[in-house]
Amino acid sequence: MTAVLEVANLRKRFGGVAAVDGVSFEVREGEILGIIGPNGSGKSTLFNCILGQLPPSEGEVRLDGRVTTRMRPCDLNRLGVSRTFQLLQIFPKLSVRDNLILAAQEHQGTMLSRLFGRRDAGLTEAADQMVAFFKLDHLADELAGGLSYGQQKLLDAAMAFMSGPRLVLLDEPAGGVNLTMLANLKDRLKAFNKERGATFVVIEHNMEFVMSLCSRVLVLAEGKVLAEGLPAELRANPAVIEAYLGR
Amino acid sequence: MTAKGRNFLGLLGLAVAVAFLIFAPLSFHRYGIYILSQWAVMTIAAIGLNLTLGYAGQVSLAQGAFVGIGAYSAAILTTHGWPLIAAIVLALALCFAIGWLLGYPALRVQHHYLAFVTLAFSTLAFLVFRNELWLTGGTEGIDSVPRPSIFGLSTTSHLRYYYFCLFVLALVALAVLGLVRSPWGRAFVALRENPIRAMSLGVDTRRYVLMAFAIGSALGGLSGALYAPLVGLVEPPAFALTLSFNLLMMVIVGGSGYFVGPFVGAMTAVLLPEWLRFLESYYLILYALLVMALLIYSPTGLVGIIDRFLVHRRTKAASAARAALGASIEAKAP
Amino acid sequence: MANFIALVIAGLATGALYALVAIGFTLLWQTSQTINFAQGEFVMLPAFFMLAAMNFHLPFWAAILIGLALSMTILGCAFKKLLVDPMLKHGVLPLAIATMALSTFLKESVKTFYSAEASPFPSLAPDADLHILGVAVSWQNLAVLVVALAAMVALQALLNRTRLGRQMQAAAQNPTAARILGVPVERMILLTFLINGALVALASLLISPIYLAKFTNGETLGLAAFVAAIVGGYNQIRGAIVGGLLLGVVDNLSAAYVSTQYRGAIPMALLIAIILFKPNGLLGRAEERTV
Repeated sequence: MTAVLEVANLRKRFGGVAAVDGVSFEVREGEILGIIGPNGSGKSTLFNCILGQLPPSEGEVRLDGRVTTRMRPCDLNRLGVSRTFQLLQIFPKLSVRDNLILAAQEHQGTMLSRLFGRRDAGLTEAADQMVAFFKLDHLADELAGGLSYGQQKLLDAAMAFMSGPRLVLLDEPAGGVNLTMLANLKDRLKAFNKERGATFVVIEHNMEFVMSLCSRVLVLAEGKVLAEGLPAELRANPAVIEAYLGR
Repeated sequence: MTAKGRNFLGLLGLAVAVAFLIFAPLSFHRYGIYILSQWAVMTIAAIGLNLTLGYAGQVSLAQGAFVGIGAYSAAILTTHGWPLIAAIVLALALCFAIGWLLGYPALRVQHHYLAFVTLAFSTLAFLVFRNELWLTGGTEGIDSVPRPSIFGLSTTSHLRYYYFCLFVLALVALAVLGLVRSPWGRAFVALRENPIRAMSLGVDTRRYVLMAFAIGSALGGLSGALYAPLVGLVEPPAFALTLSFNLLMMVIVGGSGYFVGPFVGAMTAVLLPEWLRFLESYYLILYALLVMALLIYSPTGLVGIIDRFLVHRRTKAASAARAALGASIEAKAP
Repeated sequence: MANFIALVIAGLATGALYALVAIGFTLLWQTSQTINFAQGEFVMLPAFFMLAAMNFHLPFWAAILIGLALSMTILGCAFKKLLVDPMLKHGVLPLAIATMALSTFLKESVKTFYSAEASPFPSLAPDADLHILGVAVSWQNLAVLVVALAAMVALQALLNRTRLGRQMQAAAQNPTAARILGVPVERMILLTFLINGALVALASLLISPIYLAKFTNGETLGLAAFVAAIVGGYNQIRGAIVGGLLLGVVDNLSAAYVSTQYRGAIPMALLIAIILFKPNGLLGRAEERTV
């Protein structure tokens, strides 16, 4: 298996504090990698550095062997990397369908062709398939702002899939989602992974969710990689238990 | 109300408005036609600002300066014998380019900071209008800007020039409607609502910000190029900061981010003061009070009131339907 | 050289006035996200309160007190309760537009109900020059400088040395946390509006003898206050003071040495440069942008 994403010695300092302190890992084609760690261990900052939202202070990020450090988020997205944020980020004043079309339209044609071409950039069908896939089809015409929290969370994830990404980074997808929705979400992620071969990196606090979803887990603590391995191995690792439960 | 019903109402309103704009001026006095022409011209500038501010969310206090740049371009060129159409094309191109450049600060700063950068630009443009005698005629301005001949048809009569302005307004409205309904419109709204998320979805926010500024400013220039022959005189005070404030007020009072907002906003700003003229010097006081009262009552402007009303009706209808459904299910239960 | 020093002193006097107005502007922004486009008109108006009071044959000092009281009531309290409070929840922009309308309302009201002409306004200082070491300084400017600086020192002391001041700062910086700690946030915000009312009344009293009282007086002053506030650092009072003084000096020097025609361009160029290259202002601290 080849590495889709390689992170080498990544560091991000805020003033004197290193939020991410020399993190290295790689993500292999087709796997679902979980990242866990206590609050403030640098998980979200790590995501933001990988995705060009924050410039890292040091280190390198490679996508398919190509250095992408400091690339803009929109360019990275067009290379096939998409993400969700820790806090829900949808466009409440657009309809569910428009949210989904937006999430893929920039991958179609050029600026000019998008101005003079079709209104939906030829994406209505794909958007409708996506709402059906996430079992939101009865809501396609509703304004996204009118959906329940769980439904919005699903939409948020669906948007990340719309452009057919190879690599998806999900920041706490399960946060605040009820059990039924959670089962649905896990189901969808696994289906995506199997059917379309998408690779995932998932930050999550919900252990149950991580252990049952991920094929490999990385543990961060205080900005450093504390451990790495199969979910079952980590459950028994004393250092991990200590980081989570304290001394 | 159903979406169909809304569309029908919308089309009916549009038909009535267009019929009024075409036929009513036939019975108007010269002054009435002149005021209506001013409405058409200002609406074009407001549509441009609505694109920049209402759709793309970039605050600009420079739209008045672009109207000025367009007006001076048209005045200078037509008094040197150029046809107005050529001047219009040049004004569009010039304002597009300057607007593009003005977009760069928006990539660094947002909201009130952006407002102040554009405000400073406005002030600088005014100083150039006033001080560069060789180009702009200084405080005297440029007078006797000629009315153009369109396809050999003279527009010296107010009515004909009005129809010309109305025609241009219609073109602009159609073009902008096409734009806001294209993927660009979606990207603009995304940029306004959540630029970071938009960027993570591949939206090149930098390009869209610059385009929002450039297109909005170009429409400001177009408005100015029509303004110069309409009034016949181009002088600096017309394009001071006040005009930028007024245009901003038009967009907000009409309803920022709504397509019809600028039409309504320009109407209140251009026509309402005329209707209040019988109040003599009290009219501006009353006008200012009305604007404040409106914004307190409905910060989303006049169109926002109608929209709220329609949405309210729709949600009420929907909840009534749900209630009815619930009742019928309960009735079936043993 | 003497000429230069005289220009700088006159510039400092103008700048101290700008600073007074800019401080109020900054206070309103800090405590309630109000960009007050009517701030210039707020300075124009109190002079007319005082003139109106004097028309009832009140002595000057009584007129000043009445002007101050009216300014704090109308431009402080009523402004907050009638315009800012109902609009605050709708975001910055509609409120900013409403203050633009308010500026028109105030200007036109004064023009219609008082006078469209400039009215002479009594001065606190004699209309003469003071000569020190060959430098001629007008008593007017000296009075402006002394009074304005005294007001600023007093305000700084209030904010930094007293419990009340610290409560105000807490309310401005983090209203939610301040509320939990028992700071009466609402009252603190009202207080900043009252302080703004007092500051503009003071500025009005100082500036009107120089430019005469006229309904258009606020136009340039309001703009200068924006520029001063941003150049110094939008988020703090010290910044407004430094920005105001700097702007006053730059303004006076450029009028003398550059060109009178483009005098207005220099503050604007300064503003653009500061916003683009040092958006937190001269005294501002750089912040990491958060995602």
